[in-house]
Amino acid sequence: MTLLNTLASIVSDPHLSPKQKSNYLALEAEASLPYVAVSDAVTAAMQAGIICDMFEGHAPFKPRYVLPDYAKFLRQGSAHLELAAATDLDEAINALIILYHHVPSVTNMPVYLGQLDELLMPYVDGVDEQTLYRKLKNVWIMLDRTLPDAFVHVNIGPSDNIVCRTLLKIDAELKQVVPNLTFMYDPATTPDDLLLMAASNICECNKPHIANYPLHASAFDAKGFGIVSCYNALPLAGGANTLVRINLKQVASQASSIDAFFEHTLPTYCALAYELIEARAKFLHQESHFFDSFLVKEGLIEPSRFAPMFGIYGMAEAVDILLGNAPISEQMSDKPSKHYGHHDGANQLGYRISKALDAIVKSTPVTYGYNDRALLHSQSGISLDVDVTPGVRIPYGTEPNPVAHIQALAPHHQYYTSGISDILTIDATVKQNPEAMLQLCKGAFNLGFREFSANVASNDLIRVTGYMIKLSDIAAFKQQGSRTNTTGLGAEAAQNTGILKRQPRVAALELTPSYSE
Amino acid sequence: MSKIAVDEVAVSKMAVSKAVMSKVAVDKVADRKTTEREANVHRSSASPLANVSQILPFSCVDGPGSRLVIFLQGCNYSCKNCHNPHTITPCDHCGDCIPACPQAALTLDSSGVKPRIVWDSQRCNQCDACLSACSKQSNPKTQQYSVGQLLAQIRINLPFINGITVSGGEASLQLPFVIALFKAIKASPQLSHLSCMLDTNGSLNHTGWHKLLPYLDGAMVDLKAWQQETHNYITGRDNHRVFQSLTLLAQHNKLYEVRLLHIPGISDFDHEIAALSHYLNQLPESVRIKLNAFHHHGVTGEAAHWPNCHEADIQQLATQLSQRGVKHLVLPSVYL
Repeated sequence: MTLLNTLASIVSDPHLSPKQKSNYLALEAEASLPYVAVSDAVTAAMQAGIICDMFEGHAPFKPRYVLPDYAKFLRQGSAHLELAAATDLDEAINALIILYHHVPSVTNMPVYLGQLDELLMPYVDGVDEQTLYRKLKNVWIMLDRTLPDAFVHVNIGPSDNIVCRTLLKIDAELKQVVPNLTFMYDPATTPDDLLLMAASNICECNKPHIANYPLHASAFDAKGFGIVSCYNALPLAGGANTLVRINLKQVASQASSIDAFFEHTLPTYCALAYELIEARAKFLHQESHFFDSFLVKEGLIEPSRFAPMFGIYGMAEAVDILLGNAPISEQMSDKPSKHYGHHDGANQLGYRISKALDAIVKSTPVTYGYNDRALLHSQSGISLDVDVTPGVRIPYGTEPNPVAHIQALAPHHQYYTSGISDILTIDATVKQNPEAMLQLCKGAFNLGFREFSANVASNDLIRVTGYMIKLSDIAAFKQQGSRTNTTGLGAEAAQNTGILKRQPRVAALELTPSYSE
Repeated sequence: MSKIAVDEVAVSKMAVSKAVMSKVAVDKVADRKTTEREANVHRSSASPLANVSQILPFSCVDGPGSRLVIFLQGCNYSCKNCHNPHTITPCDHCGDCIPACPQAALTLDSSGVKPRIVWDSQRCNQCDACLSACSKQSNPKTQQYSVGQLLAQIRINLPFINGITVSGGEASLQLPFVIALFKAIKASPQLSHLSCMLDTNGSLNHTGWHKLLPYLDGAMVDLKAWQQETHNYITGRDNHRVFQSLTLLAQHNKLYEVRLLHIPGISDFDHEIAALSHYLNQLPESVRIKLNAFHHHGVTGEAAHWPNCHEADIQQLATQLSQRGVKHLVLPSVYL
């Protein structure tokens, strides 16, 4: 399709709102600019689908993810936005909502809304429980209706407080797609009954996602971190300038042997990915003038706290290809298998690949990085991926029981500083037994899981890679379009990845990168 | 009696052995065979090894919290509605299943005093042709476990579980082993926090219960029917022992759950609602009353023609019970 034809079908698409159309038009406009300068080898690897820029655009003029220091903003107000420091709960909520509309990201939505309980706790003195509930419920409804994107992410915990508990209560009641929610768990400070409340919510609506707070905190400095979009852990007052990912399945297909994979193929493609990262980050930091923003001038973000995310996916297929295993199918999954996720030898090769990637990422300097480094990320896929499994996950429909699943993947978690989303599918019987969910979560953290995401069968809400979609919305989407941007992604992912073919399975995609009819 | 099938465990178990439950031979065991089978079971229970049909490392429906569940082979009931009939009889190593295996995963080892079937789990592709070939409601893939081997299995899953549950078949038929296992768990500083639960048809006698009670944290007991005749019709046994067990467990605060399997038109809970409610109201308030819905998965014989229990049937029964003051009702999360 020529550019003009594409633009014409976008403006006349019967299923998109004017705002969604504007968004797609802007993407097409950016895509018509020349690509940032890269070598022929990088271009060839991108065309072959071995490395991928996540369709972030040809001329990146905003970072992929931005995590403003909202606490500082509430304390100091903003000269640019002509706001004084917040003095009570209403002012704090109002100020946050204003700033949310000035925080860009790859999707134009603010993917990080802050550690909301910590942010609001200084303002709740004298506010009675019922009033707090009513105000926060309105905030929750407003976020869902005005920021309709499941990547929009709130963090709460690990401390026990009234805002945290009230938000969990509201989230279970409303069962909305937005905001996505991460609950930080710290065994030293989080009481069991609060974790149980979070576990009960998972049984109710597949949210929140639970993060291993001490493990994440130790990976970042004292200024802290946040969990954004679909479970990316990034420095607070910073973010990710870009995300480039490597398709390990394709890399493994290029390797003549396991030794050749480690000695030549993997390092070669990692080097190409770094070249792409450098080119994209340089354009953003040097050409786009993004960092002239008031967010920088007022100290809400710092350019030095932005890191490139070095993503990988297709670990399962890579391991099976290197071992000469035929592709795994659902029919094989309950039989003895030599495949990734099922066999110790295959799993060990997977850990070795993760370790090698970790060594490369920790030893390769970048011009614009966090401590001059990129951050390794197990990437959860996009809706266009076919026949390749997200990140280091076990292929859909072949996952073993939840305990064996956790045991097989736990050793990977130490390496993926900027996030690794494994999703455990748990059948609906757990709904009456949140204690079982709690124990599963504790067991996973005990074995080194950074994050715990569960998907309970038969829930209408279903977690797709890192965000929630409604099964009923998917069914309705084809007829009438959707109010929520990401339901479209879910529908596309459901068709391309077969996630709904079987039991409630989790699919893999992070965003719909471009317009398709 | 094989309660693993009549409640929701069947749902989680399906993933592991969906084929197992659907392809079982349609063989009804005559009443006269029950005595032979029990004799067989009691002989094997004297051994220091357990006859295990399956181990599930994670279950949400077999007691409080997350549990590792050990399903023992062998049952003294012959429930028409059994969803796992291949768990009823201990394997007698007759070898009839061997030619049926397309993978040659079954062989007969004749080197010992008695011949034994050897199952090669690596060769097996879980097609379950052996279960269809067995005319005795058994399974050549059952495994012998010592207490030590099971403890090792439990340790691997330790961070994920709140306790262990021994189920069946009928777990109490291998009572000496169950006692030895629970005793070992309670004696280990590393494991003693795990709760030890028994899932049972309630047929164990008082002497047996008294041996087990010091090591038991709680029991889930099936009450298959209220009236003697109905119970007999469904299970082939009377229910006096079940009521005695319920009373004794309640007295000792070890009754965690009473399970009622509702089979519309067959079970008699709805017809006997007044007497049943009165009885349940006598039990301690902490006891969970779990309603399970009959479904056809794995069922063979005449019960395959019995009506499925739908959500509306369970809702009606639950309403009738709660109107009569029965509290702590637990309803299924899934209807098949």
